[in-house]
Amino acid sequence: MSKSARFDPHIVRGALMDSVRKLDPRHQAKNPVMFVVLVGSVFTTVLGLQALTGRGEAPAPFILGISLWLWFTVLFGNFAEAMAEGRGKAQADTLRKSRRDVNAKRLDEPRYGSSYTTVSGALLHKGDVVVVETGEFIPMDGEIIEGAASVDESAITGESAPVIRESGGDRSSVTGGTRVLSDWLVIRVTAEAGESFLERMIAMVEGAKRQKTPNEIALNILLAALTIVFLMATATLLPFSIFAVNEAGKGQPVTVTVLVALLVCLIPTTIGALLSAIGIAGMDRMLQANVLAMSGRAVEAAGDVDVLLLDKTGTITLGNRQATAFVPADGVSETQLADAAQLASLADETPEGRSVVILAKEKFQIRERDLHQLGAHFVPFTARTRMSGVDLDGRQIRKGAADSIEAYVTSLGGSFPTGVRQAVESIARQGGTPLVVAEGNRVLGVIHLKDIVKGGIKERFAELRRAGIKTIMITGDNPLTAAAIAAEAGVDDFLAEATPERKLQLIRERQAEGRLVAMTGDGTNDAPALAQADVAVAMNTGTQAAKEAGNMVDLDSNPTKLIEIVQIGKQMLMTRGALTTFSTANDVAKYFAIIPAAFATTYPQLSALNVMHLASPESAILSAVIFNALIIVALIPLALRGIQYRPVSAADLLQRHLLIYGAGGVLLPFAGIKVIDMILAGLGWV
Amino acid sequence: MGITMIRAALTTFLTLTVLTGVIYPLAITGIAKLVFPAQATGSLIVENGKVRGSNLIGQSFEDPKYFWSRLSATSLEPYNPASSSGSNYGPHHPDLKKAMEARRAALQALDPRNPPPIDLLTASASGLDPHITPAAAAYQAARVARVRNLSLDRVYQLIAEHSTGRAWGILGEPAVNVVQLNRALDR
Amino acid sequence: MSGNDLTQLGFYLLVLLLCVKPLGNYMASVLEGRRTSTLERGLYRLAGVNPDQGMTWKVYAAAFLAFNALGVLAVYSILRLQHLLPLNPQGFGALEPHTALNIAISFATNTNWQNYGGESTLSYFTQMVGLTVQNFVSAASGLAVVAALARGLASKNSESIGNFWADLVRGTLYILLPLSAILAIFLVSQGVIQNLDGYVPVADSKRVLPMGPAASQVAIKQLGTNGGGFFNVNSAHPFENPTALSNFFQVLSILLIPAALCVTFGRMVNDNRQGWALLAAMVLIFVPLLLIEAQVEVGNMEGKEVRFGTTNSALWAVATTAASNGSVNAMHDSFTPIGGLIPMFLMQLGEVVFGGVGSGLYGMVVFAIIAVFLAGLMVGRTPEYLGKKIEAFEMKMASIAILVPPVCVLLGTAISVVTPMGLSGLQDRGAHGFSEILYAFSSMGNNNGSAFGGYGANNPLVNLTGGVAMFFARYWVAWPVLAIAGSLARKKTVPVGPGTLPTHTPLFVGLLVGAVLIVGVLAFIPALALGPIVEALQ
Repeated sequence: MSKSARFDPHIVRGALMDSVRKLDPRHQAKNPVMFVVLVGSVFTTVLGLQALTGRGEAPAPFILGISLWLWFTVLFGNFAEAMAEGRGKAQADTLRKSRRDVNAKRLDEPRYGSSYTTVSGALLHKGDVVVVETGEFIPMDGEIIEGAASVDESAITGESAPVIRESGGDRSSVTGGTRVLSDWLVIRVTAEAGESFLERMIAMVEGAKRQKTPNEIALNILLAALTIVFLMATATLLPFSIFAVNEAGKGQPVTVTVLVALLVCLIPTTIGALLSAIGIAGMDRMLQANVLAMSGRAVEAAGDVDVLLLDKTGTITLGNRQATAFVPADGVSETQLADAAQLASLADETPEGRSVVILAKEKFQIRERDLHQLGAHFVPFTARTRMSGVDLDGRQIRKGAADSIEAYVTSLGGSFPTGVRQAVESIARQGGTPLVVAEGNRVLGVIHLKDIVKGGIKERFAELRRAGIKTIMITGDNPLTAAAIAAEAGVDDFLAEATPERKLQLIRERQAEGRLVAMTGDGTNDAPALAQADVAVAMNTGTQAAKEAGNMVDLDSNPTKLIEIVQIGKQMLMTRGALTTFSTANDVAKYFAIIPAAFATTYPQLSALNVMHLASPESAILSAVIFNALIIVALIPLALRGIQYRPVSAADLLQRHLLIYGAGGVLLPFAGIKVIDMILAGLGWV
Repeated sequence: MGITMIRAALTTFLTLTVLTGVIYPLAITGIAKLVFPAQATGSLIVENGKVRGSNLIGQSFEDPKYFWSRLSATSLEPYNPASSSGSNYGPHHPDLKKAMEARRAALQALDPRNPPPIDLLTASASGLDPHITPAAAAYQAARVARVRNLSLDRVYQLIAEHSTGRAWGILGEPAVNVVQLNRALDR
Repeated sequence: MSGNDLTQLGFYLLVLLLCVKPLGNYMASVLEGRRTSTLERGLYRLAGVNPDQGMTWKVYAAAFLAFNALGVLAVYSILRLQHLLPLNPQGFGALEPHTALNIAISFATNTNWQNYGGESTLSYFTQMVGLTVQNFVSAASGLAVVAALARGLASKNSESIGNFWADLVRGTLYILLPLSAILAIFLVSQGVIQNLDGYVPVADSKRVLPMGPAASQVAIKQLGTNGGGFFNVNSAHPFENPTALSNFFQVLSILLIPAALCVTFGRMVNDNRQGWALLAAMVLIFVPLLLIEAQVEVGNMEGKEVRFGTTNSALWAVATTAASNGSVNAMHDSFTPIGGLIPMFLMQLGEVVFGGVGSGLYGMVVFAIIAVFLAGLMVGRTPEYLGKKIEAFEMKMASIAILVPPVCVLLGTAISVVTPMGLSGLQDRGAHGFSEILYAFSSMGNNNGSAFGGYGANNPLVNLTGGVAMFFARYWVAWPVLAIAGSLARKKTVPVGPGTLPTHTPLFVGLLVGAVLIVGVLAFIPALALGPIVEALQ
């Protein structure tokens, strides 16, 4: 996400309006730190007005100056929150547009062709069966029970290319608000009105239902405790100061305005103001990654994950295998096989098909040919035949799984040679996929398709390991093959011949050790494991059951994204921690600014503590308050962007952040307050 | 809270009270009187069957013929052993400065040398400090020798006899027991 | 400071650190129930207690509170009925109700703030059966709570945090009693008195020499971080602390158990390094403050004894306030402004730098939990301490434990500086007067018990506000700590991995030191500025 996108003028304008709207005390009361600032703002305003009548505790301009900046402090906090919400709001608006009330054709009997009654989509209930035909919107979330169709899901995923949805298997779920582009679907409704995926998504991105995450609650408690400590430290200063004035016999007791200013400077306003923005921004970053988290809790848990279960295919290896060898049948030359295989694959636009063409070119210099010039007819892959190929000059070349080709050649009176069968078995044993090529009733040989480990994945796993996260590869392969791929990919462990039960068991075992487990899944049989895992990312292409069981949905259906999700989770926590440290560290300088100023009339010798040599007591106090307000604005980008994630050990990370936000937090305000003081003095305002 | 807990609390409290509040102090008293009878009863100075004080408890000496002890802020009178107390003057308390100046003047009237060691100008923590520093003893030695017509060497010899060094050569500060020293002078 | 001064301080630290490991391991064996005796078993039979039966944290806390309530009641009754009770050769009368209540809370809470002069107020019976008993059991109560906390951290999926009665009895029988007996006898050899005789009149004068069973009480007052003196001036009194050696072993005893408990803790949580890390954090705060204190007191003999000199007085002042001991061998009120600030600040840190027996360590663990929480967030992971996830409940309890003492201190001080009664006992004017009151409430509000003597605090207002402060500072810290222990015991233990933030490294020790200092500094800088800092700048 680019910076300009984040500070979209439209969003900024909306956020400015919202900052004022959020002054509502009921809203502020949710955040104890900022509530204290709000109360202080109101209080100093009253004191300022009183001073205007000439009976004030201090000159009116001074009180009102403080008061003004306290109001700014509150507004800046609101602005941060509103900015964080802005993006989600914009996205929600788009989503809302796709939430139209469409009419649904409710079938009287759950089969295609049955009679139907047209009802409003809003009146559908769980279990109703509807038919949706070309051009129509799917009225409600559901499971396809009959049919196959291409569906435009861009309203949800933002991806314009249509996707195939079909009954049975792992692509059987549809989302309300998406549109059927071709063919028809018979769908059993799986959600009640108002609870649909789209509705939940809108609520989620708007942050309307945002609940505080566990760590956020814990942090809030700590911040409240700090606030109470500072409330005590400042409130008791009044009696202390009265005593001091009586004893020293000179000066004035510290004013309430100064005490309020001191209090606001000391309480952790920086983190208090940015806390909810950080949480919202975390959810928002998930959305940018096209991941829909069902709760903030899940996002936070993602940062804690110590075991990642990764499906081999698509995550660790390229989803598509590549041809690496041609194994000819007896009496067939390798070139002959390569030539036939190439012809059969020319029109096959799948990566596997293309890899066959490439291999033929690389190994046997068989150049690509144009099927049209050859007058060839392409036979596409169908679920029924489970083969693809080409017909040309009376030649019928087919390629496909061993059993399909066997059935094909047998039906044409041919036979399946033993040598080929052995080659098929041997390839399978090595973890490859055998693809048999036949011409007419004669089997020519086998193409060896092999898993290719994704480039750079090994390095990513090493990164994760340094950050304390273990990776476990899940595969249906036999242990031998799995071990080979695991070693190549550099995962820490693997589960071979994985079944849903074994996957579930693995998760339980790791959890019993006290680890947090994350996984991805899409099939209905993944549902139990998804439900068990601490962070469970369901693929959007997956079944309804999988989506229900998971606590996140990846709209891109990209299993590698799990790694990104973990980083976003960590970022959210790190940002909170760093700003809390920063906020507290800031207090040191503020004491040096305010304490000598507050007691200047009673104990002038305290001016020795005025190490910044601030111009006057008034400018010292005002400068501290202004710094305290401005630092919130200055940190909004950091809060929204999050601290950059680095894959290093916890100790290294802590050291780095302590240096930047701890030591930096002590030093920066000295400079900041001094600069503001110089400007104030230069302008002659104080 | 069940009856079992009340029983446990009461019984444990009573048994531990007997153990730590009766048996323990009585046992220590018994052993102490047996093994260290003099120390256990206050390291008393007994003269002809009369208790003259304790080797550990300071006394007031204001006569020029004695080594003066430190100032004492015990209530009713200085060096009142029944009521230990320091002055508790804060570092800027005006009376502290006054007391020190008064002491300095009194000392310098007899020993017009500068400056008197600090321990002679200040009140001790207990108000019963039996010691002065070797420097304070040296400061007063000439005066005592003069008033008593003793040789300075003799006075220094007595000081040495009633001085203690650091324990184990490291711990504490060298000190002169002014109670014992003055009694030795009187003998 | 001279070379010898540094040698004395170095020698002290050396001996202390040499004792820490053997004593710590021994205490672990005691608290883990690996030592037993007929006496102990008989005591359990009498009380109807099964020492192996675990308690949930709520039951444990209830037992702890019930037992402590009995202590308050007993001491209060003894003080009020003193004139009717035996062993009162001087015929001291009963104490005022508010004075008695303050003393009762003071000794039950291991504070041992004294609003009276021992030799002029209390009978031997009161000193023995009332106060000495509390010196033992309040320290043993602290031991029990820290043992429970260690068990909470060490156990997995368990409801139990141990048995309070067993912890209390074992701590008393095998740790406090034997050590006290040895120290008491040694002290007598140095001249500390131990008898039940009446006060001895000095011939031909109106003076009387006070007597009494001092050594037996002085020994436990140091070892149990109680600090309540037998005499008014505490360990400055020549009968309570007559020689350099008695001084050395007393000041050693002040930090002995709190320091060694770190090792005990490491043993009990099955990771010795954790204990050393906590000890290192304590030492890192202690040593610089000690050096400053010793330096600023050079040449200031007001309120100090010649046999101790300024260095041993400074060492004692820092040790007694680092630990929540509160005994003194010099008058803190007469220290230089910075010399007074440091003991005050050490108390305001919440008595976690060594701190009280048990209470110091559990206070430090609470700070470790806070530090771990912040550190965990900073590295992007839900914080863990010793494999236990630190969540909202633990933070709530830790916050209460950290919050209560400063609130008590600041509120108590505020009430006193604006009320005529609160100001009535004030000896000094100006900033130092403020320091005296602030010191008094810093002491009571952190269960220390030492005093800036210039503040005559025996009036109903201060006795009551102080009593409340001592009560809250003890039980509103111990109770949340037990709640944390219970909550952690129930959790599973997360295995250590590269993503785990190690809590035994110098980095974490630094962070812990930072957390302790920053909370203390931020809460008390304004108050300190109006007291000792103004004085120092005068």
